Amino acid sequence: MSSRFRFPHVQMPPEATALRKEVREFLAEEIANGGFVPMADCWASAMSAEFSRKVGQRGWLGMTWDKKYGGHGRTFLERYVVTEEMLAAGAPVMAHWVADRQSGPQLIKNAKPEIRDAIIPRIVSGDCFCAIGMSEPNTGSDLASVATKAEKVEGGWKVNGTKLWSTGAHGCDYMITLLRTSPLDTSARHQGLSQFIIDLKAPGVDIRGIADIGGQVHFNETNFEDVFVPDDYVLGEVGGGWNMVVGELALERSGPERFLSTFIVLQEAMRLLVNNPTEQTKEVLGQVVAKIKTLRRMSLGIAGLLQEGASPEMEAALVKDMSTNFERELLEKLRKVLPQNILATSEGLLPGLLRDGILRVPSSTLRGGTNEVLKGMIARQLGMR
Amino acid sequence: MTETDTIIFDTANRIFDDLSTPEVINAAEEGEWPKALWQAIEESGLNLTWVPEANGGIGASLLDGFAVIKAAGAAALPVPLAETLMAGWLLSKAGLEVSSEPATVGLGEVQYVNGVLNGTINAVPGGRSAKQLVVVCKDGNDWLVAQVATDQCQIAAHNSLAGEPFDSMTLSDVTPVQSGVLTGGMDADSVQAMGALIRCVQAAGALSAALELTIEYSMERVQFGRPIGKFQALQHSVAAFAGEVAAINAAADAAAEALSRADGVVDHEAWVEIATAKTRLEEAVNTGAAVAHQVHGAMGFTYEHRLHHLTRRLWSWRDEYGNETVWAKRLGEEVLSWGADELWPKITAVSNA
Ligand SMILES: Cc1cc2nc3c(=O)[nH]c(=O)nc-3n(C[C@H](O)[C@H](O)[C@H](O)COP(=O)(O)OP(=O)(O)OC[C@H]3O[C@@H](n4cnc5c(N)ncnc54)[C@H](O)[C@@H]3O)c2cc1C
Repeated sequence: MSSRFRFPHVQMPPEATALRKEVREFLAEEIANGGFVPMADCWASAMSAEFSRKVGQRGWLGMTWDKKYGGHGRTFLERYVVTEEMLAAGAPVMAHWVADRQSGPQLIKNAKPEIRDAIIPRIVSGDCFCAIGMSEPNTGSDLASVATKAEKVEGGWKVNGTKLWSTGAHGCDYMITLLRTSPLDTSARHQGLSQFIIDLKAPGVDIRGIADIGGQVHFNETNFEDVFVPDDYVLGEVGGGWNMVVGELALERSGPERFLSTFIVLQEAMRLLVNNPTEQTKEVLGQVVAKIKTLRRMSLGIAGLLQEGASPEMEAALVKDMSTNFERELLEKLRKVLPQNILATSEGLLPGLLRDGILRVPSSTLRGGTNEVLKGMIARQLGMR
Repeated sequence: MTETDTIIFDTANRIFDDLSTPEVINAAEEGEWPKALWQAIEESGLNLTWVPEANGGIGASLLDGFAVIKAAGAAALPVPLAETLMAGWLLSKAGLEVSSEPATVGLGEVQYVNGVLNGTINAVPGGRSAKQLVVVCKDGNDWLVAQVATDQCQIAAHNSLAGEPFDSMTLSDVTPVQSGVLTGGMDADSVQAMGALIRCVQAAGALSAALELTIEYSMERVQFGRPIGKFQALQHSVAAFAGEVAAINAAADAAAEALSRADGVVDHEAWVEIATAKTRLEEAVNTGAAVAHQVHGAMGFTYEHRLHHLTRRLWSWRDEYGNETVWAKRLGEEVLSWGADELWPKITAVSNA
């Protein structure tokens, strides 16, 4: 087993304890001041530029990035502490989430120096947000099939097509966009793709919100009509987009948001459940906490791999698959032990959190790669494909 | 692992590979004691893994002992090595001598009055193959650890799902060979927790081994002109199995590490980690054993195929020392005692992690 997947045991550095305390105090203060109301699935549904700026001011964005680019040069484990604390509290982290998690590292690695130096410090201060432009109307799991294209023109590229489901694009500055830069060659589908940094304020960009099953607008359709992108805004080599996307997906899948999206619902449910708990309540709480603790241990192992400089694609796929199933299971188990008709009440945070949790959770096993796609990756790692 | 640790671990694996063969395991189920296997274990000192060198043992760390136990689980070892290590751990926690004979631990209602032991203990793993039985009973305000020779007990033979001894052992006015007070603030529940941890570690090993067998078989067996492992339906089942294997290994390792941090005492933190692992074990076993059998088809349902050496043990271990319902409720009570506001702080408070 150990040779197939590796989850190193992680030792939290001493400074992480002090940092955790700091983050907790900050969050408690924000809640007390009415800075935010805890939300389920906060990293994908609670956007607050103001909150993100405060997080940036604290030095909690771009934490692992090299200081010479404007980052804070801290460890992945310290970043893990900050992100897991924010998630557990249901804080409105959506605005900066993507930029801090994957776009920033992508820019540092692959953007032209002038562009990198212009954007990274603004991400770090919480003043610049990014969206992911991978999916399209006819491109979901089969990402290599993207059809939105960039054609070479004088001094840059002309982009036409549609990106779909881009979370938070309506509040973002840039979209890191996967585009076709040469026609599809069916014998080499992963070639001819390139990543671009597209300024979402540029002429020809049209962003329209899409309501989800709860009627809320968190993701978007983005149309590009003859949008001009200067040469400098190409990431890395033209045609080298596929490998970049694969690296980015490893980051996208690797974090604690994959098992903590519904944690706040459990925390708030506990306020009710502590009164005259039934045997079933005890059993359910034992089961879900056992799973959370186990997933967290594996998730920390991935942070450990990132700290070693590894790209833990396979481990991230394995943990994301289990974690997202757990997010749903948690809600299914909780509703069995909560009072009937709890959703028809409005006392405290719980009814709203539970409603949002149930209505958001079908997306957990889709976004960032469906569980079927992830299982395919796991099977490949097992030598079955 | 240090160099000595690697040596212990490699030695264990070599002995298990050579001498815990399917034939030996089947013969053991028929009642034939695997003499060569135990002898090799004794000669290498694996049975005294946790005993300090000064007392004639190997003096390996707790974690190395657990690595041996995991390997024993993977090998479906048909001798009570894990039980012997547990008995040794218990004796040493009461400041007693540890012998090299096969031993086991009995948890149940035993009275200690006027220097003799009375009572019946059910479902003793390894029972009749052990020479020594270590029991835990109340002595006034103390918890007493007492060792008795199994030939002093009346034994009603039963078998576990794995076909291993799972006996009822009755003690009538038996004088212990030695006895001492359990230290570290531990009680009978702590000893049960240690048993639960050992089962989780064995199961983590056995599930890893069953996964390997399953992957191998899926690539060998051909139907519809290709290896069955090429079918997506099976790939997805096996991927889920791999996730469970990773999870139970993570949970069992976390518990073993917590115990090791507490110098082998089941303190509160170790207890919580053990409760987590034993609660988590059910789904790992259920998914793992089901997928393993499904992929192996009818061949894996035969006595001749060695898969059942692992799956039958797994089905037994998930019940032993408290099944998942028992442990989930205990852990749930603990979680309720934390309350909503301490839930997250407690989850993140695990030392070192
Ligand atoms: C809330 C939310 C936010 C999102 N945010 C973003 C974003 O910011 N940026 C972005 O680019 N995308 C985003 N996505 C899109 C997401 O990445 C896609 O939903 C995902 O990749 C799946 O694509 P699809 O929805 O088109 O489903 P499809 O690929 O059409 O799949 C439908 C079903 O078929 C299954 N399937 C497909 N292929 C196979 C196969 N080979 N084997 C077995 N089963 C298969 C899938 O697993 C799934 O169950 C978001 C999605 C959601 C729900």
